[in-house]
Amino acid sequence: MRVQDDFVRKLASEGKRIDGRKMDETRPIEIISRPIEKAEGSALVRIGDTQVIAGVKLSVAEPYSDRPDEGSLMAGAEFSPIASPDFEPGPPNAESIELARVIDRGIRESGAIDVKKLCIKKGEKVWMVSVDINILDNHGNLLDASALAASAALANTVFPALDKDGKVDFYAPKTKTKLPIAFKPVACTFYKVGDKMLLDPTRDEEHAATARITITTRDDGNVAAIQKGGIEGLTEEEIMYAAETSIKKGKDIRKLIK
Amino acid sequence: MKRIDGRKADELRELEIEAGVLRNATGSARVRMGRTIAVAGVYGPREMFPRRLQKNEKATVQVRYTMAPFSTDERVRPGRSRRSQEISMVAANALEAAVFTEDFPKASIDVFVDIIQADAGTRTAAINAAAVALADAGVPMRDMICSVAIGKIDGTYVVDLAGKEEDASVCDFPVSYMPNLKKVTHMQMDGNITKKDMEEMMKLVVKTCEKIHKAQKEALEKRWLK
Amino acid sequence: MSDLLKKDRDFVVPGEKLVESMEYLPGRNCFRDGDIVFAKKMGLVNISGRVLSVIPLNGIYMPARDDMIIGEVTDVQSNGWVVDVGAPYQAYLPLSGIRGYLDSAKTDLSKVYGVGDMIYGKIKMVSSTQSVHISMFDRMCRKFSGGRILKVNPAKVPRIIGKSGSMIDMIKRKTGCRVVVGQNGVVWLEGDCPKTEEFVMDVIKQIQDNSHVEGLTNKIEKVLDSGNFPARDRVPDEGVEYEKD
Repeated sequence: MRVQDDFVRKLASEGKRIDGRKMDETRPIEIISRPIEKAEGSALVRIGDTQVIAGVKLSVAEPYSDRPDEGSLMAGAEFSPIASPDFEPGPPNAESIELARVIDRGIRESGAIDVKKLCIKKGEKVWMVSVDINILDNHGNLLDASALAASAALANTVFPALDKDGKVDFYAPKTKTKLPIAFKPVACTFYKVGDKMLLDPTRDEEHAATARITITTRDDGNVAAIQKGGIEGLTEEEIMYAAETSIKKGKDIRKLIK
Repeated sequence: MKRIDGRKADELRELEIEAGVLRNATGSARVRMGRTIAVAGVYGPREMFPRRLQKNEKATVQVRYTMAPFSTDERVRPGRSRRSQEISMVAANALEAAVFTEDFPKASIDVFVDIIQADAGTRTAAINAAAVALADAGVPMRDMICSVAIGKIDGTYVVDLAGKEEDASVCDFPVSYMPNLKKVTHMQMDGNITKKDMEEMMKLVVKTCEKIHKAQKEALEKRWLK
Repeated sequence: MSDLLKKDRDFVVPGEKLVESMEYLPGRNCFRDGDIVFAKKMGLVNISGRVLSVIPLNGIYMPARDDMIIGEVTDVQSNGWVVDVGAPYQAYLPLSGIRGYLDSAKTDLSKVYGVGDMIYGKIKMVSSTQSVHISMFDRMCRKFSGGRILKVNPAKVPRIIGKSGSMIDMIKRKTGCRVVVGQNGVVWLEGDCPKTEEFVMDVIKQIQDNSHVEGLTNKIEKVLDSGNFPARDRVPDEGVEYEKD
C-alpha cells in the first residue's frame, strides 16, 4: 500500500513511528517459559502481536568422525501459512532460509553452546540439540522474535533421562541438569526507513524500509553475529548506531529470559 | 477400571479452548486436550490459487495439518508426511460437510492447524480447534463439529484416549460429529470390535460431543462478548 | 410466540436451533431445515416480528452492488486495473469505469492508478459468475494520496458508520479528522497531526470491539469529548479532492 508506505516514511522523517514508539523502542515483549512439556526446552515469545514458539529436542547420536568429542547443534525455522495471509505454498523461500540461517549462526557458530560439553562418550555418543522455530503470527520482526525464542528455549532446556541402553527414556521424568550455555544471544533488528533506523519494525515499517541490519549480542556486551539485508547501503554511522543500541537494548531484553 | 491419569471412563481430558489467539488469521483457536495442543487459523473465504483447482459451484475447504518438530517425544521432521497429508484430507472432509461452501463459489477456505504438542488425539484436537476457528472467522456453517476418540480397555469403553492408552486399547475410534444435526462427518477405526461395541461407542461420542460443543461455544462467547 | 428457543440478542454459534416452528422465517444468516430455523453464523440473535436473523460478529467482505469500498490496486492490465477489496474475489476496474476518456494505447495506465495505490470506488456490478466490477463515477470516488489506512472487521462496519452515518459523522465533527470508511472494512483517515489520527484510530477500534454494547454512541461521544479537540460545526467533506483525469 503506497499510502501507508508514504505515511510511515513521512512520520520517520519527523522522528516518529506509526504506533507512537520511539525509534529505539521495542513493542512489549513477553516470554512464556516451557509451554511445551514434551520438549526438553521451549519458549513462546510475543513481541507486540508477533508470536513464535521455539522448541528444543535432545537426542543421542554418533559424533562426526572428524569431531569425536563434540555434540552437534542445529536450528531450523518454518514459515507456517498460519502466520500470515501472504504465505505462498511451495518450497521454503529465500526469506525463510535466511531467517533459519541467522538463528543458526547466532547460536551455533557464535559458540553460545559449548559443543564439547555435549559429549557423552568420545567417539561413540554425543548429544544432538535441535532447535525448531514455529511462527504463529507475523506482525513484523520475525528475526528478533525467533532468535529470542530460541535463546529462551535453550536457557530452560534440561537433559532427558537415559535408559540402560544409553537411549533417551521418554517415560522417565527429565533430569534437572540444564543444558550448559555459554551465553544467551539476543538479536536486535533495525530497518532503515528514509534516513532513520527503526528498532523492532512492524510489518508496515518493514514494507516501507529499504535496508535492514540485525546485530546479535552476547551477555558480555560483545557482538556475536551480524546480518545486513535489503538493497540500500548503510553508512558506518548507521551501523555503529545499530551496534550501540543493540548492546544497550540487548541487555534489557536478556533480563526477560528466565 | 483405572485410567493412567485417574479419569473416569467417560471423562474427557482437561479441555481448554481459547478463540481468537492469532491476529492475522480471520478466525483462530487454541485447543488443549490434556497434553495435546492444537492451534488453528482460518483464512478466507479467499481467492483460490492455483485457479485450475477452483470449483465453479462452491468453495473448497483446504486443511493443512502439521506437527511442530518439537511436539513429540522423538523430534519429527519438519514438513509434510504421508500421515499429515492423510489427516489433512480427513479433517477437510469432516469440516467441509458443515460449511455453506455454496455461498462462495470458486473460493478457498484455508484452515491451518499446527500441533504444537502431541499426546494422542491430535486429529480430534485439530478438528475441534478448526471448527472453533471457522465459527470465529464468521464462516457460515450448518453446525459446529465436535471430535473425540473412543477406545476399549479391559472391556471398558473409554473416552478421549490419552498417551499410552492408545496402545492399551483394542481400538482407536475417532469420530467427528455435528451435535445439532446429529450427523457424523468423520469416522475412522483401527482395531477389532463388534457391532455392539460400535453402538455403545457412538452413544459415548454423542454424549461427549455435547460437552465439547458447550466448551466451544463458551470460548467463542468469551472472545466476542468479553 | 413462546416456542422461541432464543431471546433477542442471545449469543449463538452456527447450528444452534432458534425455533421449531413454521410460524417464523429464516432471515439473514439463518437457515431452515424442516420445521427448524438454525443459526448459520456466530453472532447475536435478532428477532424482528416473525423474521429471525443473526447479526454476525466477524466475517470477510462480500461485494454487493453500490457498496463504496477502499481497495488496493494489485495489477495494471491493458484495459483496466485489478483491485483487492478483501473479498473472496478480485475486483476489476475497467477503463470504462473511470471518468473522462482515456486512450489506452497512448496512456500509461499505471500513471493513473499504479500497483499499491489505494482507491475509493463503488461496486458497479457483481455477476452471477463472481465477476466484480468497480466504477469511479461517484462524486466521492478518488485515489488517496496522504493519510493512513486502518483495517477493521468488515462485520462491524455498519456500527462504525452508525445509523445513516451518525457515528462516523460524530467522529469527524468532534475531531476534525477526515475519515472514509469503506464497506469492505478498510478505513482511510487524515487528521491535523498524528496524535489526532492515533486518537481516531483508537476510537474506531473501540467501536469495533464493543459493537455489542448497548448505548455505545453515548459512550463514544464521551470518549470523543475527553479528547479536547476544538469543536467543528461542519463535517469535513472528504469528497472535495478529485483525482485529475
